[in-house]
Amino acid sequence: MEKRVQKSLSVCNLSIGYGKNLVGEHINFDLELGTLCAIVGINGIGKSTLLRTMGKFQFKLSGNIKLHDKELDLYSPLDLSKKLSVVLTEPPASKNLTVLELIALGRQPYTNWLSTLSPEDEKHIQISLDAFLLNDLKHRKCHELSDGQLQRVLIARAMAQDTPIILLDEPTTHLDLYHKVQILKMLQQLAHDQQKTVLFTTHEIELAIQLCDKILILDGNNNPFGAPCELIEQNHFEKLFPSEMVQFDAKTGSFKITK
Amino acid sequence: MQHPRSYHISFILIGLALLCSWILNIGSGSVHIPFEETFSILFGGNPKVEAWSYIVWNYRLPKTFTAILVGGGLSLSGLLMQTLFRNPLAGPFVLGISSGASLGAALLLMGMTLFTGIASFSFLGDVSLALAASVGSFLVLSVVMIVAQKVKDTMALLIIGLMFGSITSAIVSVLAYFSSAESLQRFIFWSFGSVGNLTPHQIVLLTGIVFVGLLLSIVSLKPLNAFLLGEHYAQSLGVSLKKTRLVIIIATGILAGGITAFAGPIAFVGLAVPHLTRQIFDTMEHKVLIPAVFLYGAILMLLCDTLAQWPNSASVLPINAITSLVGAPVVIWLLVRKRKMLF
Repeated sequence: MEKRVQKSLSVCNLSIGYGKNLVGEHINFDLELGTLCAIVGINGIGKSTLLRTMGKFQFKLSGNIKLHDKELDLYSPLDLSKKLSVVLTEPPASKNLTVLELIALGRQPYTNWLSTLSPEDEKHIQISLDAFLLNDLKHRKCHELSDGQLQRVLIARAMAQDTPIILLDEPTTHLDLYHKVQILKMLQQLAHDQQKTVLFTTHEIELAIQLCDKILILDGNNNPFGAPCELIEQNHFEKLFPSEMVQFDAKTGSFKITK
Repeated sequence: MQHPRSYHISFILIGLALLCSWILNIGSGSVHIPFEETFSILFGGNPKVEAWSYIVWNYRLPKTFTAILVGGGLSLSGLLMQTLFRNPLAGPFVLGISSGASLGAALLLMGMTLFTGIASFSFLGDVSLALAASVGSFLVLSVVMIVAQKVKDTMALLIIGLMFGSITSAIVSVLAYFSSAESLQRFIFWSFGSVGNLTPHQIVLLTGIVFVGLLLSIVSLKPLNAFLLGEHYAQSLGVSLKKTRLVIIIATGILAGGITAFAGPIAFVGLAVPHLTRQIFDTMEHKVLIPAVFLYGAILMLLCDTLAQWPNSASVLPINAITSLVGAPVVIWLLVRKRKMLF
C-alpha cells in the first residue's frame, strides 16, 4: 500500500510557559500522518505544558504551531475538535458514565444538538470498541474499571473522535509493564493502520525507543528530535540524566544504574 | 447503540407518580373537602358548599401548579450545578446560591422600606423581587464559580459556599435589626418558604422563569454532556467553554433566584433530587436526566407540601422545614450507603 506522506503537525521555534514564566523554548519538529512520536524528558521540563499548548488549553508564548498548514490559533473550537483529540492525565469528571456513553461523547463534533448518533457515528464507535478490546466492557461504569481499562476507554474515545492528530499526556503512568506495552502497541497500531499522527508524553524512554517512529527529547536546550536510532547515534540520551546516577547503553537502548 | 437503554417505562411510572401526588396534594388541605367533591369541582360540578369551589380553584389548584414549578425548577438548577461544578454535593442551597437570593430579596423587602418608606405590592414589585433575588443568586454563583476555578477540592468548595451563606445571613440580620416590624415580619414569613401564597401574576411570572430556565438547559444539552468529562475534554470536543458556562450560570441563577424570590429559600430539594433520580434513571445523559429530574422534583415538592399542609388541621408548617427533614436524611443516606456519592 502506498503511504500518503503529509505534514500534519509542525511546530516551529515554539516557546511555552505560563504568563511570564518561561518553561521551554526552541522547540521544533514536524510530524507526518502515520507517525507515532514520544515526547521524553525529565520531570518539570515542560512535556505536559507542550502538550497542553498544542491542545490549545493554554497560550503559547511565541513561535508557530501549524495543523495541516493552518495556524492553531485560527481554528474555531469546533473545527479544531475535528482535527485534534486529546487524552489527558485527569480522569473523566463523571465516573458514572458507561464505557459506551463515554466513547459516544467522542462523536460530539459530528452530532446534532441532541447528540443523536447516526449510523456513521455508531460505526466509528464500534471500530473504536473493537480496536481497544472493549466490547465486553461496554456497559460497565467507569468507576468499575481498572486503570489500564480506563486508559483504553479514554484512548478509544479519542479514536472515535476521528481526528488526524491525537495527543496523549502520559498514557502509561500507573500501569504495570504488560499494560504499558499493551497501550503503546495499540497506539502504534492506531498511528500506522489508521494513518494518524499520535503524539504522547512518557517516562518510558526504553519502550519509546523500541516502538516509536520519532522521539522529541526536551532537554531545556536545543530539544533534539528524530528517529530513535538517530538520536542514539548522536548520543542524545546520555545527556538526559546526570551520568553519576544513570548511564545510557547505546547497544541495548536501555538505561543502567551507575555503580 | 446495540442495546439502547430505554426509559419509557420509568417515565410512564414517574408520570403516574406525579399524577398521584398531584391528586393527593389537591385533595388535602386545612379544610376537609371530600375527594369526589374536589374532582367534581375540577370538572365543573357544583359542590355542596359554595366555599369549597373557591378554595379548590383559587387556592389549591394554583398551589399545586406552583409546587410543580418550584420543585421541578429547583431540582433542575441542582442538576445543572452538579454538572457545572462536577461535584455531587453541589446544589442551590449548599453553595450559598439561595442565600444570595435571600440577600437580594431581603435588600428589597426590608431595604426598600428602610430607605424609601414605601412597601410595594404591585406587579412591578413582583418583577423587582424576582430580579433582586436572581441578581443575588447570580452574583454568589459567579463568585463561587471563580473560587471553584482556583480551589479544585470538593469539600473546600462546599465550605466556601457555607461561608457565603453565613456572610449573607449576617447582612440579612443587620438589615433585619434596622427594619420596621412590618417588613421584618414579611421577610420572616417569606423565609419560611411557601408555595401557597402566590398571586396569579406571580404564578405567571414564575412559569415564565422556569420555562426560560428549562429552555436554556435544553439548548445546552450537548455541552452539558461534554462537561461530564471535564472542562478540558469538553473544550477538545468543540464546546465553547465561556459561552456554555455563562448560559448554565444564567439558567441556574434565574431558576434558583426566581423560585427563591416567590417561594422562599427551600432547602435540599436541589441537592437531593438529582441523586434520587439517578437511583431510577441510571444514566448521566442529560437528555434523560433533565425531564426526569424535573418530574421527580415536582413529585417531591407536591408530597412535601401535602405534609406541610397537615391534612385537616388549620396549621401550616413551614415548607422549608419539611424539605430539610426529608432532604437532609436522604443526603446522609446516600453518603453512607454509596460511600462517595458518584456523580
